[in-house]
Amino acid sequence: MQWNSIGDFFAMGGYAFYVWGSFGVTALALLMEPLLLKKRRNDVLRSVRRERSAVNHSSS
Amino acid sequence: MSNKIVHWFKYASPQSFYPLAGKMVPWFVALAVLLGIAGLWVGFFIAPTDATQGEAYRIIFIHVPASWMSMFIYLIMAAWAGLGLALNTRLSSMMASALAPTGAMFAFLSLWTGALWGKPMWGTWWVWDARLTSELILLFLYLGFIALQAAIDEPRRADKAGAVLALVGVVNVPVIYFSVKWWNTLHQGASISMAKAPSMAHTMLLGMLLMALSFWMYSIAVALVRARAIMLERERNSEWVKHAVE
Repeated sequence: MQWNSIGDFFAMGGYAFYVWGSFGVTALALLMEPLLLKKRRNDVLRSVRRERSAVNHSSS
Repeated sequence: MSNKIVHWFKYASPQSFYPLAGKMVPWFVALAVLLGIAGLWVGFFIAPTDATQGEAYRIIFIHVPASWMSMFIYLIMAAWAGLGLALNTRLSSMMASALAPTGAMFAFLSLWTGALWGKPMWGTWWVWDARLTSELILLFLYLGFIALQAAIDEPRRADKAGAVLALVGVVNVPVIYFSVKWWNTLHQGASISMAKAPSMAHTMLLGMLLMALSFWMYSIAVALVRARAIMLERERNSEWVKHAVE
């Protein structure tokens, strides 16, 4: 391992902005996409269920 | 005739693929996380400092896998779209639509990490050279595909229009891949054949491959989840969806 301390690791040999800017935005994108998808799935499930219960009420 | 062909493939219909996809998702998520942790460990703690680029080269561990994924996903998306166009199967077109946003995200990440790598190494965020420009065109092809499908209300017509765009755009993928050979460019050559000290190349390559596999697994998981949402959205009035949401 080439890091002598945690500060050393985060400094990335002076390239912290570029390295963490790359990894940070990538991590953010890979976390946001599943969250947005979860919302999309919940939205369609909710609207299908709502429609279903509306049909059931009107028919009974 | 065409009905018969479709029924040979048991999972070619949304109602049978929906539960199968749901069962596969957790496995791909687990693989993506494990491979990602391994890749980051190798990339940050085992791979040594680069002799010429210092620590900035570590961007390679996401830049190259993201760029590969942006190209692979496009080819798979175009293949699904072409299959949907040729066989008129609903699921194929849904898979193509499910892949597009993830592909666009990786194309964006490829450009973003490339800019952050280019600035310290080349002194510029962006140059209009063949590699960078063709990757930007790839991002626009993804966005064009998504926008075109969103602009057409009737799903099957949207699928067909999108498929034509996706298939025409395939020509861009080899252009990206071979651009560093065909034109003089600031961008370095293919990563796999990079001439470095052997010990260096091994751990760098390992980290890159682990991250690429992690991105693969992530892409499959996300595409399956999105495909499931698209199935529900498009077939919401069918019986199987009514049973599936219970």
